Amino acid sequence: MEFLRSIGITEIVMQFMLINAILGLSMYLVLYTGMFSLANAGFMSIGAYTGVILTQNFDQPLWVGLLGGMAVAGVLAVPIGLPVLRLKDIYLAIATIGFGEVVRILILNFDTLAGSLTGESVRLTRGALGITGIPKITETWHLAAFLVVTGFIMIRLHRSRFGRAMAAVRQDEPAAANMGINVVYTKNMVFIMSAVLAAAAGVLKAHLTRTISPGDYGFDQAVSILAFAVLGGTSTWVGPLVGGFVLTALPEVLRDFKQYRGIVNGSILLLVIVYLPGGLVNPAGWSQLWTRLRGKKQGDTLTAEVS
Amino acid sequence: MLELRSVSRLFGGLQALNQVNMLVPAGKVVGLIGPNGAGKTTLINNISGLDHPTSGEILFNGTPIHMRPPHHIAQLGIARTYQNIRLFGEMTALENLLISQHGRGSASILDALVFTPRYLREERRLRDTASDLLERFHLTQVAKLRAGNLPYGDQRRLEMARALGTQPKLLLLDEPTAGMNPVETEALGEQILRLVREDGLTVLVIEHDMSLIHQVCDEIYVLNFGQIIAQGTPDEIKRNPQVIEAYLGQDEE
Ligand SMILES: Nc1ncnc2c1ncn2[C@@H]1O[C@H](COP(=O)(O)OP(=O)(O)O)[C@@H](O)[C@H]1O
Ligand SMILES: [Mg+2]
Repeated sequence: MEFLRSIGITEIVMQFMLINAILGLSMYLVLYTGMFSLANAGFMSIGAYTGVILTQNFDQPLWVGLLGGMAVAGVLAVPIGLPVLRLKDIYLAIATIGFGEVVRILILNFDTLAGSLTGESVRLTRGALGITGIPKITETWHLAAFLVVTGFIMIRLHRSRFGRAMAAVRQDEPAAANMGINVVYTKNMVFIMSAVLAAAAGVLKAHLTRTISPGDYGFDQAVSILAFAVLGGTSTWVGPLVGGFVLTALPEVLRDFKQYRGIVNGSILLLVIVYLPGGLVNPAGWSQLWTRLRGKKQGDTLTAEVS
Repeated sequence: MLELRSVSRLFGGLQALNQVNMLVPAGKVVGLIGPNGAGKTTLINNISGLDHPTSGEILFNGTPIHMRPPHHIAQLGIARTYQNIRLFGEMTALENLLISQHGRGSASILDALVFTPRYLREERRLRDTASDLLERFHLTQVAKLRAGNLPYGDQRRLEMARALGTQPKLLLLDEPTAGMNPVETEALGEQILRLVREDGLTVLVIEHDMSLIHQVCDEIYVLNFGQIIAQGTPDEIKRNPQVIEAYLGQDEE
């Protein structure tokens, strides 16, 4: 603990690391099924707002807010997923970015919209300023427990019929369908699971940061979540978890670099992407890098001898 | 078992299948031959549900299947292989065979989560079936290797094993001997005949290799520019002048 704090990883940093690991896993689920979806930030926002409205306006405990946020995101994932998941690759990415924008704008104008529909003055999402003064009731152990349960689900998923279907859909959709796998069902189920996880992270984070506004869940957030998964690597579920940890901790660990922190941080990420294209958690990638480095060294001595 | 009634498939202006009528009786091996681009793969895509006819009907044991999604058709008992191998390359041979049994299982994610007896029993059953298939297709040694890294011959056999993992009644084979030498081709022919005799399967096989066709087929259909131009026993087809002109003559160049 003392050591962690000395390198800049305070309790709040650790809490964000745990939250971002959960977000990384929510990204992992869709990528593992071959879906390049960037909808997670939007679902995170739906979760956060639902959860906060439950705890603030309806005086519910955190766990009700958590379950409520997860449920609303999960239900909304159905009508979003059904049309959007017919798209693939970059088209799916763009459509899901569009979804994120729609969510942002709806939440931004929710009070006005609801007000004009009901004829009463509504104060729920509170426009661009967002909600402030949210009680800080998320604790580290909540996050740790949530992550442990999620990790267990990941392990079991990979040993299940459904998890195997996910991998099959990613690798060859038509062949998977010919094996009796319902591709549409598989994709939509995974999309729902991913939305539910993102929403949970949203609720837990909102009760930590104490303020939320629609702008917190835009394109930047969507890309950050993608980065957790890509940097960590998606060959196993541990990758995005580690990606979430590392990407969150790195800027803090590098705080001694003062104004050069951004450059050092960016350079490290760049090096990882270039030299470990499979991500941080990818044994094959490390061993390739290792042989490459050793190969270079041997080459150097060889030329030295010749000259 | 399988009946095609005036099946047509248009791709834009291209008539890939033109009023195809075909009958595949239970317990028989039916061959489908024809030059490249004749529409053979398109026909198998339409039967297996990856593609759907523009018009016409496909009946499987009397049930119309031409508008069904592919996973329904698989569960009804139709399996296939592909002209270009389509294994799940990042997974092991064993995992490929577990996936193939997807439609034969029913354990949900929740079952897997809390280790219900149903899940445990089903996993054991799937693994048993998979090891039987591995043994039968001489793949036990490579069970734990990535399918994409296997030698070509192993991949071909694994694809066949994977099709059988769905427990089909009808097996569609799209040029199964492509890239095989004569010895391997004959062994595959024996394998096909065993499947029919011992497992009671029905087979529709697309093939260029006439020796295999003669070895295994009870009946042959000849497709040219999307149309069936001839139909008969292997000996009848060999003597049919139209076929010789459209296909066999060309093949012997
Ligand atoms: N998805 C598709 N879109 C457009 N044209 C196609 C498609 N699939 C096949 N074709 C065309 O249909 C014809 C028949 O192709 P195919 O069934 O693959 O022939 P074969 O298997 O007999 O060699 C070819 O001219 C091919 O270019
Ligand atoms: Mg073909």
